[in-house]
Amino acid sequence: MIALILAVLFGAAPLAPQQESIALKGTLAVRAGTLHTQAGPPIANGIVLVVDGRIVAVGSEAEVVVPTGVRVLEAAVVVPGLVDAHSCVGLAGWLNTDHDKDEVDRSDNVQPELRALDAYNPADPLVEWVRSFGVTTVHTGHAPLALIPGQTIVVKTRGNTVDEAVLVPEAMVAACLADAGRERDGVGTRAKAMATLRQSLLDGRRHADAVAKAEADEEEEAPERDLRKEALARVVTGATPLLVTVHRAQDIANVLRLREEFPELRIVLDGVAEAPLVLEELVAAALPIIVHPTMFRAGGETKNLSMETPRVLVEAGLDVVMQSGYEGYVPRTRVVLYEAAVAARYGVPFERALGMITLDAARLLGLDGRLGSLEVGKDGDLALFDGDPFEYTTRCVGTVIEGVLVSTGERPR
Amino acid sequence: MNRTLSPVLGLLLATLCALPRVSLAAQDEPPVRAFVGARLLPMRSAPIDDGVVLVRAGRIAAVGPRASIQVPEGAEVVDLAQRVLMPGLVCTHSHVGAPWGADRSGPMQPEVSSVDSFDVRAATVHRARAGGLTTINAMPGSGHLMGGQTAYLKLREGNTVEDLLYRFEDGAPMGGLKMANGTNPRGESPRPGTRAKAAALVRGKFLEAQRYAEKKRAAAEDDEKEAPAIDLAMESLVEVLEGRRIVHHHTHRHDDIVTVLRLAREFDFRVVLHHVSDAWRVADEIAAAGVACSVIVVDSPGGKLEAQGLRYETSAVLHAAGVPVSIHTDDYITDSRLFLRSAALAVRAGMPRDAALEALTIAGAEQLDLADRIGTLEVGKDADFCVLDGDPLSVYTKVQQTWVEGELVFDLSDPEDRLFAVGGPGAGDERLFSACCAHVEGGER
Repeated sequence: MIALILAVLFGAAPLAPQQESIALKGTLAVRAGTLHTQAGPPIANGIVLVVDGRIVAVGSEAEVVVPTGVRVLEAAVVVPGLVDAHSCVGLAGWLNTDHDKDEVDRSDNVQPELRALDAYNPADPLVEWVRSFGVTTVHTGHAPLALIPGQTIVVKTRGNTVDEAVLVPEAMVAACLADAGRERDGVGTRAKAMATLRQSLLDGRRHADAVAKAEADEEEEAPERDLRKEALARVVTGATPLLVTVHRAQDIANVLRLREEFPELRIVLDGVAEAPLVLEELVAAALPIIVHPTMFRAGGETKNLSMETPRVLVEAGLDVVMQSGYEGYVPRTRVVLYEAAVAARYGVPFERALGMITLDAARLLGLDGRLGSLEVGKDGDLALFDGDPFEYTTRCVGTVIEGVLVSTGERPR
Repeated sequence: MNRTLSPVLGLLLATLCALPRVSLAAQDEPPVRAFVGARLLPMRSAPIDDGVVLVRAGRIAAVGPRASIQVPEGAEVVDLAQRVLMPGLVCTHSHVGAPWGADRSGPMQPEVSSVDSFDVRAATVHRARAGGLTTINAMPGSGHLMGGQTAYLKLREGNTVEDLLYRFEDGAPMGGLKMANGTNPRGESPRPGTRAKAAALVRGKFLEAQRYAEKKRAAAEDDEKEAPAIDLAMESLVEVLEGRRIVHHHTHRHDDIVTVLRLAREFDFRVVLHHVSDAWRVADEIAAAGVACSVIVVDSPGGKLEAQGLRYETSAVLHAAGVPVSIHTDDYITDSRLFLRSAALAVRAGMPRDAALEALTIAGAEQLDLADRIGTLEVGKDADFCVLDGDPLSVYTKVQQTWVEGELVFDLSDPEDRLFAVGGPGAGDERLFSACCAHVEGGER
């Protein structure tokens, strides 16, 4: 049926050049030795057909007919475009100098009003770098270096401006209860960090209540505009999730306590190096988790970090996905593909490890209706490899975003 | 040459071992440990399936296919069926054990030695064993033009750093000299503010060392002349000028690399270029200078200005240009436990597989003047092994065992060792060998 429609679209009558170029934008087919769709078992000799940026057909060679004139890419293995559930690319500039370090402003410990939208640089070479490894979507933003450093954003790894890249302008508000949030001029102790966070949420609660009251009662005056309180109000009411970076078991317990105090909070746990020490509590809380990069450096508060933690969390039945995370030095960004690969090395089953950087990551970001699997109607985002994507020596040979081939090899610029 | 020699020697030894075993001499000889059944990757010669390595007194006594080597009666057999055995990995640039050198008092401190700083109990050291590493070049940092003397260390289960030292023939700890240029050593005076200043400071120091060496020489030849007062910084640099101590030079940008080549030519010192992010831009110049490179493979370029040019292709480009290439961890920059991964990423970007594996073993040994002792599976060399459960370059392959001089120093099947290999509660704690070994044979360990 689809083949028929497409035959009509492409083959029936020759289009004028101008029309043709419009029709073919965002249109291509990908033929794969093995197609991992994340929507069923792998398909041998599979084909994905993308028209005008959306997937219109997925199946085996026998099931999908590629209309004449449609460009066909080929690769040994094809997977959904990779989704990095937490990164700082575009804000943490690749040169790591004053002029491109936009991941944290240290003038205050609590700044939820700082928008990633105003800081994301789509031209940072590291955006192009991770894209060349198949990453098509990134949840990025302010780094875990202050108690509340600012907001995050979800972007596609394309576009000349942030407006062309953005999918979700205010994805989450970031918070940090890890050591880095208490360093420099930050809050000095754990108790102070928790008290400050509580007070901030109460401020947000009061603002939200005042707004609601004014809306319900014409007699009541609306509160003055206040960017910070408005952002905190969105967090405390659950309109915007709170992304809490935390590593030590005692700090994880603090987050769980906070959630009991503010039941509307939508908390996403991030990092959690010592999660295996409080596994029962995490299972009971059932919060989504963006686990630390598998190869994250062990030391200080992460000295008990284990490369098996992704497997432990998966086996506990938790909703856990992978990230590239934040890096302050070299490498300036990790590659989420590699982190999932090493998670697979340490026992996460292949499809689940792939899910941690595709469908499960998309679901955590609320974008699984559009991203993360190869299904009809979803965005035509694909990553092409010349072998098992997790193998160290396999190469990403192509990245497709909404039917456009945007990378053809792992290279800077 | 070794390529053709080793099988012959191996055969010879096999023949020797096959002689009637009635002599009492066999009892006097140290016991033999036989590593049997593994696929052997000897480096610089073809792999051997179902191989045998005989080890006596910590050295390789025979190596070859099973059919060619008779395991002596009474030998302790280590069954390595389904395993891959390669030489213990050599990291030419490591910071495990916190081997820091120079302090803030000045930009050039060749007198300090990381031997005096190295912590044998650091968890990072045992993590290195878990990665299959058996030899490291323990390096001071790169915040100085001359950051101090490096230490070549054998990762035995030692109780003090003395137990880990490689030694020069005169018994002195063996090592090189860490130098750096580019942005890391820059700063407020007395640190250099520009690249030209950095080079001038180094040049001045080497001229001073040349004068010092001349005075020593003159005093040695002429009783009338007074020898200079011993100056430890100068003594260290004289060792560099004499070629005994190799300069291990942190350098990233293409122009900084070329500056190192220029200085090495001017003062005729032996140098290995380390990190070399930009080396792909000046590969022919490096090859022409006959200088070796020790490459870091980092997941992404950038992170600092001078690493903008970093590419996975660097190792492949240098190798193709004829430059001897080793690969290093720079641990903590990359993790020793995943050292094999660095070579695999070089292969991902075009380096031949054999060359990449040699970059983790024999090429590194050569850059530390240790090629006569380690880096290949050859008769007479130290029995340092990395035992794997598959292709060394596969993500799914894990280091199963690490052997140093025929002794097991890491075993993934041992829960305590496993903790250091993968992490978990307790993995960050120091490794107390003294607790297990101090009482053994009167604390001889």
